[in-house]
Amino acid sequence: MIDFFESPSNREMVLSQLGQHIYLALVPLLLGVLVALPLGRLAQQVRWLRGLLQGGANVFYTIPSLALFVIIPGLVGTPLLSSVNVIIALTLYTAALLVRPVRDALDSVPAHIVTAATAMGYRPGRRFLAVELPLAVPVLVAAVRVASVSNISLVSVGALVGIGGLGRLFTAGFQLDYPEQIVIGIVLTLLLALVVDLLLVALWRRLTPWARAAVSRA
Amino acid sequence: MISELIAWLTDPAHWTGPGGILAQTLLHLYYCVVSVAAASVVAVPLGVYIGHSGRGAVLVVGVSNAMRALPTLGVVTLLVLNFGLGEGPALAGLVILAIPAILSGTYAGVRNAPADAVDAAKGMGMTPVQRLWQVELPTALPLLFGGVRSAMLQVVATAAVAAYVGLGGLGRILLDGLKISDYAQMASAAIVIAVLAVLLDLVLAGATRLLVPRGLVLAARRGGKD
Repeated sequence: MIDFFESPSNREMVLSQLGQHIYLALVPLLLGVLVALPLGRLAQQVRWLRGLLQGGANVFYTIPSLALFVIIPGLVGTPLLSSVNVIIALTLYTAALLVRPVRDALDSVPAHIVTAATAMGYRPGRRFLAVELPLAVPVLVAAVRVASVSNISLVSVGALVGIGGLGRLFTAGFQLDYPEQIVIGIVLTLLLALVVDLLLVALWRRLTPWARAAVSRA
Repeated sequence: MISELIAWLTDPAHWTGPGGILAQTLLHLYYCVVSVAAASVVAVPLGVYIGHSGRGAVLVVGVSNAMRALPTLGVVTLLVLNFGLGEGPALAGLVILAIPAILSGTYAGVRNAPADAVDAAKGMGMTPVQRLWQVELPTALPLLFGGVRSAMLQVVATAAVAAYVGLGGLGRILLDGLKISDYAQMASAAIVIAVLAVLLDLVLAGATRLLVPRGLVLAARRGGKD
């Protein structure tokens, strides 16, 4: 395995696939959160949309990633080898995974706080962004962490349809009968998932300073 | 693109024969059912034991979390390189991937059996084994089946990916289409895989409904859950 990293071209290749992998996993995570927020809000506020959105999200999440990577170019008209397909597919997965948690997280905001904000003159839009959303963060973060791990693991399937990322190490390692290369790919994927998870936890702590304040006061 | 796809899907020649959609769907289904069943044989008793005794719980949670990040394609290619090309190693990969979901579902189900029901069973003089069979296991069924469902979805997806290392099934049609850059063939296979995944999930959801004791369903409804 050390031999593998002694070659500068291998090092360069692994780094560039790692960068590609990070890009392909995290951009959809961000986009998926942005899609899920309004959907989750709708599911929370409009009763008859609740079951519909949840059911739709559940069914969508059952579609295997390889199938989705291939179906999307036909629907959207992107080239088959375009990384946009992976970004669209993983954005949709993230959104599907997050609709319910967003709804639950918004539900978890105590009613008296929402009422108080309304009484202080917050209009619904601003109240949502300034009061409800920040208070929903703790419940939401758990689901975002799951989505980030699942995205990071799914990107590698894209290598089968010729899209970059650490999955390339698996297909190349398999073709060259070079198991070390596959092990390197797996280890890097797991490490990436771990690092992103730690970063999300750090971000969550930054976003909810009151949680720590409450603990230190107690 | 869409019209080519419909033309491919509606051509009867693509459905019949040994490499046709029907045969490959059955093969795909066979892999999925066999590997989820094999994984259940290992994971359900283990999950029941860990949930009932509380031993090894940290390990279960840790392992099942780590497994979520494990890239399918990497696992399958590595197994096949190490244990030889063929169905055995690829199927073993499916079984290994299915175990954590079933294990953590079973464990969580048994662990979360309502404490008052367990206490009541103790008060009625049930032995631990009776308690396990008559209280903990029935109340664990919804979560247990939840685990089996997510394992099944993972296996359907992974079986498609495992076509890369020589497994038959619908992934074979998809990847063969890729080789000859026949988009209609790839997309048709992808659609059939997606439909199969959704149908299997519906069947398991139906099975859950049939098998979860009615009292439990009523209690959940009274509890105001949706």
